[in-house]
Amino acid sequence: MSNSFLEIKGVSKKFGNIVALDNINLDISKSELFSLLGSSGCGKSTLLRIIAGFEKPDSGKIFLDGEDITLLPPYLRPLNMMFQNYALFPHLNVKKNIEFGLKEERHNNDEINLRVKDIISLLELDGLEKRKIFEISGGQQQRVALARCLVKKPKLLLLDEPLAALDKKLRVQTQFELVNLQYKLGITFIIVTHDQEEAMSLSDRMAIMKSGKVLQTGNPVEVYEKPINEYVANFIGTANIFNIKEISKNFLIEELNIKIDLPKNAQMFQKCLIRPEKISIKKINSNNTTEKCTGVVKEVAYLGSYTKYLVESNNFQFYSFMQNREISERLKIKWDDLVECSWNNESIYFFNE
Amino acid sequence: MSQFIFLMNNFLRKQNFWFVFTPYFWLVLFFFIPLALIFKISISVSEWGMPPYRDFIDFSDGGIKINSTLSNYAFIFSDSFYLRSFLNSLSLAFTSTLICLFIGYPIAFYVAKSKENIRNLLLILLIIPFWTSFLLRVYAWKVILQGSGIINVILMKLGFINEPISMLYNHYTVILGVVYTYLPFMILPLYGYLVKFDLNLIDASNDLGAKPLKTFIRVILPLSLPGIIAGSMLVFIPVVGEFVIPELLGGSDKLYFGKIIWDEFFVNRDWPIASALAMSGILILVIPIIIFQLMFAKYNFKNE
Repeated sequence: MSNSFLEIKGVSKKFGNIVALDNINLDISKSELFSLLGSSGCGKSTLLRIIAGFEKPDSGKIFLDGEDITLLPPYLRPLNMMFQNYALFPHLNVKKNIEFGLKEERHNNDEINLRVKDIISLLELDGLEKRKIFEISGGQQQRVALARCLVKKPKLLLLDEPLAALDKKLRVQTQFELVNLQYKLGITFIIVTHDQEEAMSLSDRMAIMKSGKVLQTGNPVEVYEKPINEYVANFIGTANIFNIKEISKNFLIEELNIKIDLPKNAQMFQKCLIRPEKISIKKINSNNTTEKCTGVVKEVAYLGSYTKYLVESNNFQFYSFMQNREISERLKIKWDDLVECSWNNESIYFFNE
Repeated sequence: MSQFIFLMNNFLRKQNFWFVFTPYFWLVLFFFIPLALIFKISISVSEWGMPPYRDFIDFSDGGIKINSTLSNYAFIFSDSFYLRSFLNSLSLAFTSTLICLFIGYPIAFYVAKSKENIRNLLLILLIIPFWTSFLLRVYAWKVILQGSGIINVILMKLGFINEPISMLYNHYTVILGVVYTYLPFMILPLYGYLVKFDLNLIDASNDLGAKPLKTFIRVILPLSLPGIIAGSMLVFIPVVGEFVIPELLGGSDKLYFGKIIWDEFFVNRDWPIASALAMSGILILVIPIIIFQLMFAKYNFKNE
């Protein structure tokens, strides 16, 4: 890809004997909001620190806007990073924190003041200029950390768990603000997070990482609906995964002992995924059909907008999520109810690993 | 429950009284009372006897007679000998504090930034010299620096010099001894501040475009300023009164204040003059330090 803005080519990094990154290749376009998602220790933070210049890769190269920045020290890179704990300077007030980076760029005072003023009003920090960092709230600190980076007009902004330190309600609100801000400014964002919901709601595209490798990149819909393997399927959302076997032009879902039609691109598949919301269940009175999938409800979790059911069929348990579309005073399907499960065969996703 | 909280509160409030006032009792008993005694002696009249000064309040003639004089102060301020020795001590304290700072800062930084197991080992190494008497350690320098000492022997073996150079008994050896003795007092408070220092701040500063030297000046130095001040005080103040090191390692080229007080006390047995010197020294030192502390009080911030 020649039009990629940030190009990561074969980057590897070892700490002692531990492989932190193993031949990472990523292409990120201009103005994209890209997430690195993975559980702790997957190497996502190391990759971010390598892009920022705090760590040197053992091998591989990084290009930003066509320029090789692999060996550039952090203070010469045209990018900024927002740290997980914000790393604001405790001895400086809000305004001095924000203008810290500008003072290194040799602007005249008028320009510095103008740009600081603009960013302060953009991030709604007016009136807090003279406050010390420990005198403002967590949400305000987060915005000061953002302002401190954005005032430098970086080509690329790296955000390390930007919302982790906020409480849940503020986090959701800030998610939208962050997306709006990114859209308004058109700056490329790379966000590191372990929270899959956060990654899904923020990103244009995301990379799922595990033990130093990128397993899959794609937009949230692709990654959710067409995960490359079982790990990704389980990491993003809830997954019902079944083994399949080919029997004379048909597939057999082994766990349920149910036959389904062969998908169009006839290929040898070993597994299939049916997301819980794609399985609907209906209460029945007696189990006399053999064609369809029937089961017993083992667990029920009512979550308001939808209800989670754990269904056991043929000694195998899987989930079904049902939307609660009508007002009702009690659950229609309860524990130990006999149910008939159905899904659209188009909603089955086949894969190998 | 609320009853219980009320009782607990009451209990803690009573506890608080002792928490707050125990240090004050300590200060009064071991600092202000001795200081008052020294002040009393400093305004007494010198006399041949034991104690070698006339009693402050004299009942001997049937009446009450207060024997006080400021002549001791007048005397020490009229003789430039005392002032010179005080200035010598100040310059010794200033020089050694600076040297301690320049040597101690990198050490404190390195220790603070080491991994935990190495850090504890290094801290123990810093503290171990305290297990040996300070006198012995200063004396050891005499052995090291003397004509037949290890430095001279090595230099002669290597052929750099033909005969031993004399390194002892001048004010450079005094500075050496002072720096050696007081270095841990600089390192430990500095370490205390630097160990709390969030390394992400260095990364953040670099990330915002500040080169390493600028990062040091704009971030690391201001944040360790309280440690620098604490360490410098811990070195500067005792060194002004230091008399053992000049006594052991110093020569006749410079006289130091602590040594002069010692001589007035034990050699001349002039307690009032010695006390007047001690009081003057305290006042001259304490007043600027109080002003300095008040000035830097506003630099105190919560390092969270």
